Amino acid sequence: MTGKLRKLALAAGTAFIGLSAQGALAQSVTMAVAAPVTSLDPHYHQLSPNNAVADTIFDKLVNTDAKSNNLPGLALSWRAVEPNVWEFKLRPNVRFHNGNPFTAEDVAFTLQRLPNVPNSPSSFAAYSRPIQAMEIVDPLTIRFRTAAPHPLMPLDMTNVRILDRETHQNATTEDFNAGRAAIGTGPYRVVSHRSGDRIEFERNDNYWGDRAPFQRVIYRMITNDAARTAALLAGDVEFIDQVPTSDLAKLRQDNRIALSEVVGLRLVFLGLDHLRQANENSPFITDNDGKPLGKNPLQDVRVRRALSIAIDRKAIVDRVMEGAAVPAGQFLPEGVYTHVPGVTPPAFDPDAARRLLAEAGYPQGFRIQLNGPNDRYVNDARIIQAVGQMWTRIGVRTTVEAQPWTTFIGRAGRADFSAHLVGWGSNPDGSHPLRNILATVTREKGWGSSNRGRYSNPQLDALLDQSLVELDEAKRVQLVIEAQRIAAEDVAVIPLHIQTNIWGMRRHLAHDARNDELTRAQDVRPAAR
Amino acid sequence: MSEAVISAKPADKVETPFRRFVSEFAESKVALGALVVFIIIALLAIFAPWITPQNPYDLAELDIMDGRMEPGTVGGAGFTYWLGTDDQGRDMLSGIIYGLRISLTVGAGSALIACLIGASLGLLAAYAGGRTDSVIMRLVDLQLSFPTILAALMILAFLGKGIMNVVIALVLVEWAYYARTVRGTALVERRREYIEAAQCLALPTHRVLFRHLLPNCLPPLIVVGTMQVARAIALEATLSFLGLGVPITEPSLGLLIANGYEYMLSGKYWISFYPGIALLITIVAINLVGDQLRDVLNPRLKK
Amino acid sequence: MTVYLVRRVLQALLVVLAMSLIVFIGVYAIGDPVEILISPDADQIERERAVQALGLDLPLWQQYAVFLTKALQGDLGRSFVYNEPALKLILQRMPATLELAFGATIIALIIGLPLGLYAGLRPEGRFSRVIMAGSILGFSLPTFWVGLMLIMVFAVYLGWLPSTGRGETGSLFGLQWSFLTWDGLRHMAMPAINLSLFKISLVIRLTRAGVRETMLMDYVKFARAKGLSPARVTFVHVFKNILIPVVTVVGLELGSTIAFSVVTESVFAWPGMGKLIIDSINVLDRPVIVAYLMMIVLMFIAINLIVDLTYSMLDPRVRLESKGT
Repeated sequence: MTGKLRKLALAAGTAFIGLSAQGALAQSVTMAVAAPVTSLDPHYHQLSPNNAVADTIFDKLVNTDAKSNNLPGLALSWRAVEPNVWEFKLRPNVRFHNGNPFTAEDVAFTLQRLPNVPNSPSSFAAYSRPIQAMEIVDPLTIRFRTAAPHPLMPLDMTNVRILDRETHQNATTEDFNAGRAAIGTGPYRVVSHRSGDRIEFERNDNYWGDRAPFQRVIYRMITNDAARTAALLAGDVEFIDQVPTSDLAKLRQDNRIALSEVVGLRLVFLGLDHLRQANENSPFITDNDGKPLGKNPLQDVRVRRALSIAIDRKAIVDRVMEGAAVPAGQFLPEGVYTHVPGVTPPAFDPDAARRLLAEAGYPQGFRIQLNGPNDRYVNDARIIQAVGQMWTRIGVRTTVEAQPWTTFIGRAGRADFSAHLVGWGSNPDGSHPLRNILATVTREKGWGSSNRGRYSNPQLDALLDQSLVELDEAKRVQLVIEAQRIAAEDVAVIPLHIQTNIWGMRRHLAHDARNDELTRAQDVRPAAR
Repeated sequence: MSEAVISAKPADKVETPFRRFVSEFAESKVALGALVVFIIIALLAIFAPWITPQNPYDLAELDIMDGRMEPGTVGGAGFTYWLGTDDQGRDMLSGIIYGLRISLTVGAGSALIACLIGASLGLLAAYAGGRTDSVIMRLVDLQLSFPTILAALMILAFLGKGIMNVVIALVLVEWAYYARTVRGTALVERRREYIEAAQCLALPTHRVLFRHLLPNCLPPLIVVGTMQVARAIALEATLSFLGLGVPITEPSLGLLIANGYEYMLSGKYWISFYPGIALLITIVAINLVGDQLRDVLNPRLKK
Repeated sequence: MTVYLVRRVLQALLVVLAMSLIVFIGVYAIGDPVEILISPDADQIERERAVQALGLDLPLWQQYAVFLTKALQGDLGRSFVYNEPALKLILQRMPATLELAFGATIIALIIGLPLGLYAGLRPEGRFSRVIMAGSILGFSLPTFWVGLMLIMVFAVYLGWLPSTGRGETGSLFGLQWSFLTWDGLRHMAMPAINLSLFKISLVIRLTRAGVRETMLMDYVKFARAKGLSPARVTFVHVFKNILIPVVTVVGLELGSTIAFSVVTESVFAWPGMGKLIIDSINVLDRPVIVAYLMMIVLMFIAINLIVDLTYSMLDPRVRLESKGT
């Protein structure tokens, strides 16, 4: 981008800030996000900030609305024509930013590209792996043949951004990053990209869906929380994501600022050591004198329940999260289709917790260390300290150690900890946490890859197995709910709360808050007046 | 140059060196005041468990329901939080007094160890020259180009969290500054006549190094040294800010400030303001004392 | 002289090699990049694929051997995160950091030298005491805290300066520099001041200490006795002498500012190398860390070489070693 153009854009931005008060037409908007976008290649790195930007530039066969419900995207409809065959009917008259028409060829090309992006640290290959063969019926109809019935196909397709075969045949990740190849069918097109700093978009006037509200969007990255809020208050940016909870009270009172919030899909929970057997020592548990206990108390469901009901979730939500979360007893919030009805957040009851501990043979409690990251989830280090306070009060003397995700996650992955805090999201289907967090670690099935406590329950595994091939959606959902209920009753993990996603903006803007946390340019628009 | 030679052997004087040192130090009222403040701070730090209303390191004594209370509020435990509480319900006054302990230990400890190591190596490099000099100075280059955060992460990975490990990380980072500074000065000094004289007298190397060369390298060393105590404390704060500092349940002043940082915009100033003030007073006191020490100890400023 | 330089270059190569080895071992000890980079819902097969794609499936020494072989051909590897050549990423970010570091150093010299000189010449003066007390403030408060205070005061409350980011840039030598435009300068002001605070104190203190000492030296006394004007004594005889420690320390400071203005760049969302290195360390993007530190160590060696050469020019008593002992 030339200096002149940038000056123009800047002038436009300034003019907009000045004029918007009088209700002039919005021309541009400056947004600031917390997490840096690492690549504009939509298939290089499976990472939320990258996906958010990819959603602005590209489209998927199946889009999702703000509540994560499936919507027709580049596909108008889809159904399983045979148990092993999915058919997608594509949207006609869609063009890429460079004018190329969108057809079934492009879909086939995209799915072939997924496993073949060189050097990808986290690829999208898992979404094309179930597909054994693709059949282009006509330019606007494509069929995917799978080895076994695959009910999650539409959900998988909400993750795959479609490229143009002609444009992208030889495009490398570098071409995307430079903006040359960042060409999709989405509501905005890329004007320029300065890695780790900003991306500038302009409206795609030929978009097949709703016209994007702004001519120009400047999408900046400000990782420091306080600096991001300050930039919003100073008026340097008009929109920010991941509003720090510490600033909420102040911002709510500020009549220049509006907030948009929605209960998200990310559960913050405590994982417990299920790896060490009942007669083994857990690495960070000792008796009250600091000597090895000779057994792993966490194998006793009464101890797990005691630790769970010793936690005052409401206090954590009110005091630590400053209201930006809802207490939780399971992975998904109410209102999501795989939410387990009747499983409420465990009620705070320290007396009952002490009784349970005594019943389990620990009337005097024991000592434990709770580990957690300090730079990953909202207020993570504060939460573990609060839990430490609460556990200590029922006689489980708790030390707390927080460290950067960089060193934490490797150790957590090796099941080094007795108790650790992590988060999980943001996908509305309960099969997702079941398969990754709660299922017995099984390489062949790809199960339990994030099961850092090594929980294992054959009953749950069996239900999950059934659900993964059940094409009847109602039945499948029922199986997923039952499996989750088992986990909740067995206190497989200790759920704490589900985060609220919060965006902040100047009053002249409005935003559709998404429960999947993505900050997308097309969701920001001028406020109605 | 004759002054330098004489003052390097102060035993020749009639009055004891210590007494002369004290009287010279006391010439500055400001420095004396600073020394008193520093002693009070040190006493507070040492006797922290007996004077604070709360043990801020004991999770059982904290209650998040008392979190972020304004200064002067009476908390659930019945005593008044004169300086308010932080997000965990930690009494800021108790937290600051305990935090002083950690900060002083980390700051002074790391600066002292780094100074010993760095100054010795710097002296050696300048005096020995040649290959020794090259090896030491390239080590310095290596160290100066190694980011603190990476060093801290490596120590975290190898040794885990802990106050001592933060000290080690800081020493690892800081020694090179001393080495570089001392070598720079010593290179100049060793060409001066008094060293040549000492060498001509065939005095043993360690004697020349520590009795003759070192005292004359002291002024810049003390400048760097007192500043590095402050810098180490501030650096520890930065490490805490990056999540690599002392354990969160045993906050230093720096960690208290870093915690409060997030509340700056929300008007809950006390969480980082009071620890900031405490840090400021401590560092100003240390440096005023250090400034005077430097002037008193400097052989070349003797009139 | 030539022998001396050749020896220094050889030593530099050894140091660079040592650095790359340390970083390889260090990163390996800290954690697994794949664990950090991979999407949480990736299954084991995908994890194994990623490990292989990044070349992390080989034993560490083989990874290092691969790296060395490629490095000899001028390829320092591709970033795990950006999938771009590590060196290219670093060079892209370099102008932003260079201008910030030089800006801060210039501010420090402009403010620090005169104040330090004044305080050194009139050590007992009231204003000198104020300067010295004030200079303590410069290094007693953590950078991140001062940075946010600056933003709050000058951007949020007063609205004089933009809060964060790099502004408009102009082109020079084919690179983008923000000091060429007014908007760019306005964006640079706060981060540069934030970075310079410590340096100002440092320069004031070093200058004052040097001046006080030098004023008592025989040759200065002699120059004064000879009846030279006080200005000439101060600026020629004294100044030349105190420049040695100032040059050493400021040189090193400049180096570490270029290398690690991590906190300031984070707080001010300044898209420079400091921001790059901290982001890379956080995700263990080894190719970038290695390439970056190899470059930085070269820079420090160069700075130290320049400082040593300057010594010998400023002070003929320091002779460069040209033969080993």
